[in-house]
Amino acid sequence: MTLLSVDHVDARYGDFQALFDVSLAVREGETLAVIGANGAGKSTLLKTIAGLLRPARGEVTFNGQAVGALPAHRRVAMGISMAPEGRRLFPSLTVEDNLLVGAYSGRSGPWNVAAVCRLFPLVAERRSRLAARLSGGEQQAVAIGRALMSNPRLLLLDEVSLGLAPVVVEQLYAALPQIAASGTTVLLVEQDVRQALRVADRIQCLLEGRTVLEGTAGSLTREQIAAAYFGV
Amino acid sequence: MVVTNAFVQGILLGGLYALFACGLSLMFGVMRVVNLAHGDLSIMAAFGALALVDSLHLAPFVTLLIVVPAMAVLGYLVQRGVLQRSLHVSALAPLLVTFGISIILQNGLQEVFSADNRALNIGSLATASLRITNQLSVGWFSLLVFGVGVTVLVALQLFLSRTSTGRAMRATSDDQEAAQLMGIDNRHIYSLATAIAFATVSVAGIFLGMRTSFTPTAGPALLIFAFEAVIIGGLGSLWGTLLGGIALGVAQTVGAQVFSPAYGILTGHLVFLAVLALRPQGFLPKAVTV
Repeated sequence: MTLLSVDHVDARYGDFQALFDVSLAVREGETLAVIGANGAGKSTLLKTIAGLLRPARGEVTFNGQAVGALPAHRRVAMGISMAPEGRRLFPSLTVEDNLLVGAYSGRSGPWNVAAVCRLFPLVAERRSRLAARLSGGEQQAVAIGRALMSNPRLLLLDEVSLGLAPVVVEQLYAALPQIAASGTTVLLVEQDVRQALRVADRIQCLLEGRTVLEGTAGSLTREQIAAAYFGV
Repeated sequence: MVVTNAFVQGILLGGLYALFACGLSLMFGVMRVVNLAHGDLSIMAAFGALALVDSLHLAPFVTLLIVVPAMAVLGYLVQRGVLQRSLHVSALAPLLVTFGISIILQNGLQEVFSADNRALNIGSLATASLRITNQLSVGWFSLLVFGVGVTVLVALQLFLSRTSTGRAMRATSDDQEAAQLMGIDNRHIYSLATAIAFATVSVAGIFLGMRTSFTPTAGPALLIFAFEAVIIGGLGSLWGTLLGGIALGVAQTVGAQVFSPAYGILTGHLVFLAVLALRPQGFLPKAVTV
């Protein structure tokens, strides 16, 4: 069953058009990775799905319902949750309070503070620390945990690897199979193609706001992906 | 002993100033809006109480039960209907809107109630006092106001730190877009913060009306006291606001005692300026600045 579909969406920031006729579908339970270079429109696509940006044209459908006109907070209540680019933790709140804010919508499910602490043991050690005092990797773990606290049906992950050491990125990605195993559908955006190929069932590549390649992770060759990624 | 007496009176007065200031601090903390109508709203509440006393012959304290909830509802509606629209325009727009509200309130109150000095009569409670030593006695009413002020600030602090809505308010204050991604309707949170601010400043205004006389144009002076309490204490910290209110109250009463009654308010202003010059972040600044 298709959980999310994005149909012929254009998105713009004022006069600048970031997405051109982009379509995408995610089935319940699968993991889709959207890859692309800087400025390809990946984050814009996630913002459009999360509700921070209204599409200029086209529709976003979630669980059979058109959500393109709904504000972000209403979409969280329906089961769309996002760990945004740059983590965006609440710096003056403790790690635990950050997680509890994530549960504001009150959706029930397997995720709570204890479950997030089991998923990311390093979060457990930092529970009472202010979010502003965390390292980048710790912040990213809290950001993912915070997004899970609303027990989403669809989890949007924006650039998990950005600015982090490779070893930390490995640790964070190691948690993804457990998240998928809890039944959560994952849509992730990533510049790091190697990571994306390892965790995703399907790949969709954006170039300058347009889809240039899509397919299952196993069916695409490195040459195909490189050509689509760089537009050569 | 005379100075000790002034000092104690100052602490008690500080409770009232803190009550005035906490709503100003909350609105600034959550929305970065400086509400220039804050003092006028307290005067409006005092006149509201006076109108109820005059027309329905209610006891002044009973009017709190009607005026405070009514002002909270008004706060919610003013935020949702007026202030919210100005937030996206520019940083200056909400300031101008609250300035406009201030002018409307002052002139509206003058139109309805005239420019006369008015007061809320609470009978013998106004003068009843508790004698501690031969030279030191404190008024029961001052004690009551101080107790209410501290209780309101403690309750507000607990609300912000312990409840889901309070946590959402702090999160919205840090990053309103990220807060929306957590399912928080930031407009609702803003309106709740404004409702709380209107309610607390109404309590302060009605107490002020019981303590002393007031006129429709008394608001701006109260706004300055509230500002000073917030800045002395440190922006964004309610404990700081309580401490700031007390520091301002003590400076005013001790200054009036030591120099001359005419210099009380001036002493308060000078202490405020000294804090700005020597410790501009205030006594208890927020641990993390966003």
